[in-house]
Amino acid sequence: MINRVLFIIMLVAGLGAPFYAYPVFVMDLLCFALFACAFNLLLGYAGLLSFGHAAFFGGAAYITGYVTKEWGFGPIFGILAGTGFALILGTIFGFLAIRRQGIYFAMVTLALAQIIYFLALQMPFTGGENGLQGIPRGELFGFISLNNEIAMYYFVFAVFMIGFAIIHRTINSPFGEVLQAIRENESRALSLGYDVDHFKLLAFIISATLAGTAGATKAVIFQFAALTNAHWQTSGEVILMTLVGGLGTIFGPVLGAITVGALSHELSAFGSWVQVILGTVFVVCVMVFRRGIVGEIQHRLLKKKADK
Amino acid sequence: MSMQVILAQALLGLNVGVFYAMLSLGLAVIFGLLNIINFAHGAMYMLGAFIALIGYSLLEQWFGISLQIGFWASLLVAPLIVGILGVTIERFMLKRLYDLDHIYGLLLTFGITLILQGLFANYFNVSGTPYPGQPESLSGVVNLGFMYFPTYRLFAIIFSLVVCFATWYVIEHTKLGSRLRAGVENPDLTQAFGLNVPLMITLTFAFGAGLAGLAGVLAAPIYSVSPLMGADLIIVVFAVVVIGGMGSIMGAILSGLALGLIEGLTKVFYPPAASTVIFFLMVLVLLFRPAGLFGKEK
Repeated sequence: MINRVLFIIMLVAGLGAPFYAYPVFVMDLLCFALFACAFNLLLGYAGLLSFGHAAFFGGAAYITGYVTKEWGFGPIFGILAGTGFALILGTIFGFLAIRRQGIYFAMVTLALAQIIYFLALQMPFTGGENGLQGIPRGELFGFISLNNEIAMYYFVFAVFMIGFAIIHRTINSPFGEVLQAIRENESRALSLGYDVDHFKLLAFIISATLAGTAGATKAVIFQFAALTNAHWQTSGEVILMTLVGGLGTIFGPVLGAITVGALSHELSAFGSWVQVILGTVFVVCVMVFRRGIVGEIQHRLLKKKADK
Repeated sequence: MSMQVILAQALLGLNVGVFYAMLSLGLAVIFGLLNIINFAHGAMYMLGAFIALIGYSLLEQWFGISLQIGFWASLLVAPLIVGILGVTIERFMLKRLYDLDHIYGLLLTFGITLILQGLFANYFNVSGTPYPGQPESLSGVVNLGFMYFPTYRLFAIIFSLVVCFATWYVIEHTKLGSRLRAGVENPDLTQAFGLNVPLMITLTFAFGAGLAGLAGVLAAPIYSVSPLMGADLIIVVFAVVVIGGMGSIMGAILSGLALGLIEGLTKVFYPPAASTVIFFLMVLVLLFRPAGLFGKEK
């Protein structure tokens, strides 16, 4: 019930957004929302904390930027190329990372992602600290120019909705149920005959791939693949978004991305204080607000129902 | 390539290695008893360096106290302050998270890292401030027979090695250490024998944090003191910890030293890979010995 209401709100708000908000800002939020949803699939449903998702997000941006700029790919194929890169990278990282559990998993993903960061810094085509600039937005289906902000916006919104639908479908499939079983009790899932590593790897790949889609789309919007997108701080930010919105809830990451994104935007004049404030939000969330916004609402509603 | 260049880089690598060793040792000690990874370890290292810097040159300007804390005093003061911060974090925050998934401890300390980094980034240049307080007695170079090496760096290597091995000795060969190991092995039983395990946990966390602060002071005269100095280091140290495994104290020390050495040598043979070689070694270890070189998976 609450999910249906939230879905309608999201759809209406998303479709109408360009009429009441600055489209580029909303597009940025949508990319981070998709990124957070993809991340949440892994942490919220499979219980795996990846500290290296910036590698997929930032890495895909570079690939998309490169193929659209140098090889003349259109926006759709450009984003698909970035997504494909994230899929391959996710397969490799996932294969390595699931060999260790818990806290080690987080450290391994963080260290692996750092390789991508250094590659992005040092490889000849990436533009070093300046990032890859001058990425063309191109034309959709060959005739809709994405230099039009409104066209660009609805394209991004469509990408977001497709990604969101894939994640929603994954979570509500038998596969998603098994993931949650692994999160709750890994050894029990194993003893029931599920190939736990196989499920974890697949979840990791799906999550990485969609994180790549989000990063690739961001590169097209801003015509720029930034080094910061591949930095570990971005991995931290996506964790924060998911945590603020509600871990393991379908709409939490979307709301979390909007909250954190808006907060960073409003506070951007304060320089380094933004980091202090985000850090504080992090600490507060971990200490007293672990359910997140959506998780808290759901919890209250369920309690009310139970009281009746 | 001359032997001298290789030896020089090896020594410089060892110099980095002792910092890896001190930090991974602190992480391992904390992990042993608390089962959490302290992400703020890098920030505590940075804090140590900044305490030395502020103590030396900014006390008067900032607080109007005409006092200068020299390098030697910083070696004591900085770990103490960082240790006290550690006690505060453990007592008031981490303590409440022990019953939850261990990833919350990691997330909490990540938040603390952002706060500390952001605070210092407000007042100090991100590109770094040099530490002017290197003692006169440690300036200059020493002749090692095959090369000249900066006296201070030699001192930093020896001092850190002494600290690392003293820690190892205390943990593995003293009564205090045997109690700590008992706490790691089985906290409930240890508590039942009348040992104050929560106090042990707090002091262990403080000790690990203090070690990071001490490494920061030692690093201050070598590298410029910057708000980001710890962040870049801690990720490498995570890889070191994954390679070594956190099961053994000696393992943490040795893998830190060895990897610093390897990184230093990579700078001679193939410089572009110097910043990533440790991560690639981690990949190899994950493929062939997933539990780490010295590891016992918990």
